[in-house]
Amino acid sequence: MNQFVVSCLLATLYTSTAAGQALVADMSENSISITSNFTGQDILLFGATDGPSDVVVVVRGPREDLVIRRKSRVGGIWMNRRSVTFHSVPAYYAVASNRPLADIASQALRTQHRMGGAFLDFPLAENSPSITDEELIEFRRAILRNKRRDDLYFETEGSVRFRERLFRTSIVFPANAPEGDYTVQTYLLRGGVIVDQDSSPLTIRKAGLERTIFDLAHDQPALYGIIAIVIALASGWLAAAAFRRT
Amino acid sequence: MQIYFPIAELSLNVFVVLAMGGGVGFLSGLFGVGGGFLMTPLLIFIGVPPAVAVATEANQIIAASASGVIAHWRRGNVDIKMGLVLVAGGFVGSTAGSFLFKLLREIGQIDLVISLTFVVFLGVIGTLMLIESVRLILRSRKGTYRKKAHQHYWAHGLPFKMRFHKSKLYISVIPPILVGFFVGLLAAIMGVGGGFIMIPAMIYLLGMPTAVVVGTSLFQIIFVTANVTFFHSINTQTVDVLLAILLLAGAVIGAQFGARFSGRLRGEQLRALLGIIVLAVCAKLIVDLVFEPNDLFSIGETISE
Repeated sequence: MNQFVVSCLLATLYTSTAAGQALVADMSENSISITSNFTGQDILLFGATDGPSDVVVVVRGPREDLVIRRKSRVGGIWMNRRSVTFHSVPAYYAVASNRPLADIASQALRTQHRMGGAFLDFPLAENSPSITDEELIEFRRAILRNKRRDDLYFETEGSVRFRERLFRTSIVFPANAPEGDYTVQTYLLRGGVIVDQDSSPLTIRKAGLERTIFDLAHDQPALYGIIAIVIALASGWLAAAAFRRT
Repeated sequence: MQIYFPIAELSLNVFVVLAMGGGVGFLSGLFGVGGGFLMTPLLIFIGVPPAVAVATEANQIIAASASGVIAHWRRGNVDIKMGLVLVAGGFVGSTAGSFLFKLLREIGQIDLVISLTFVVFLGVIGTLMLIESVRLILRSRKGTYRKKAHQHYWAHGLPFKMRFHKSKLYISVIPPILVGFFVGLLAAIMGVGGGFIMIPAMIYLLGMPTAVVVGTSLFQIIFVTANVTFFHSINTQTVDVLLAILLLAGAVIGAQFGARFSGRLRGEQLRALLGIIVLAVCAKLIVDLVFEPNDLFSIGETISE
């Protein structure tokens, strides 16, 4: 990231907050391309406030229906037994704040704005088998745990850094961040009350060769299969020919 | 250097993938085996989703078999007629296997079934190889030779007989079709060529002469793994062409070195070594199945809204 450009942008933001807006925020990029050398990407979110305050950034990935399974031991082997489907689970979820969320906002406010994985509320899909409330809690917790382990959910309290009225934080998108439309919601809080907020879209898309291969595999699966076969046959033939001469 | 694989949807180190291809290729050149039964579990161990590992490996085996069959073809060691009968059974078996694979994936049991079939086959084959080679090593020390394998012709009693000139056989087509079907089923579920089942079945069950066995097996593997690649592409979109190409590049080079190296070691010692490798992979799979996982819960498939 070019520090000079950021400084210039921040200077502009600084003057614009003076002109009446409580919160101004922007990101270093609004789209991420997954190309063959993609290993994840950090995006810088920065902005300015009109005075001492707290900032909470909530990033949500595309929503999806998600199947979660629980293993049990059957004849000495661990196998998937119970499974439920949840609806509207964000594929990616990140919260950044300048200090512990519990100190910034009340539980009611955090629940309302889903600030923190614990406040995420995804319903059971209609076709999912009915389960007890305890199981429901257990399955929900398991989703959070699995997603955190895959680096797709995280909460980083203290990662929003202030310098006077300017703030910045970096949002980490791992290599396995799913494609789709993301929303980046920035909240400005003062005394536990939301004073201002800003919402920006962010998209993650496969690009270049990765895009071509993925699209072909899903849109023209028969053609893709035939191409895969032809490539393999040709390289096998080629290899045999090449090593025959040597 | 990391590369993002578009179907596996993960970023892997290119050199790790090439080294795996090279390593398994080396072993396959050394031992004259396909290598699918080692590559698929290895891919799973490095984090490739099992379904992608199976389908991609099937794609890679096409290349390995195509390159291997050419030499046998030139020497006239391919029984095309027998190969096509096996392919007929293999097409049905692998197509059925691909649909079974899709079904198992939907009910969340594909990973388990892949692991279990590998445990069973690797366990049995590894043990047999080890026993056989130890016996041979002991016998060769005593200075005696193994008798030629006794050939069964029980298939003479069945109907739909056909003459296979190259194999000097006049047998019913039912046994080869069944063998082809079974190996095709395994190819679709395990991502293997199935030579380790096919070759003993050809010798002991069908009574084919050993000279044409390897060439004919490779010949039919090309068609069956091509069919597996095609149906996995259609049913589950799990063939990662990019991953297959990299594995293939490593495997082709590794196989050449393996083949050159194989002259320096004695056959029975080689087989004992391969038996140990196979059993080690099998043991790792068993450990993963039997020990309590870190997290009992796992996320299955997701459907974007």
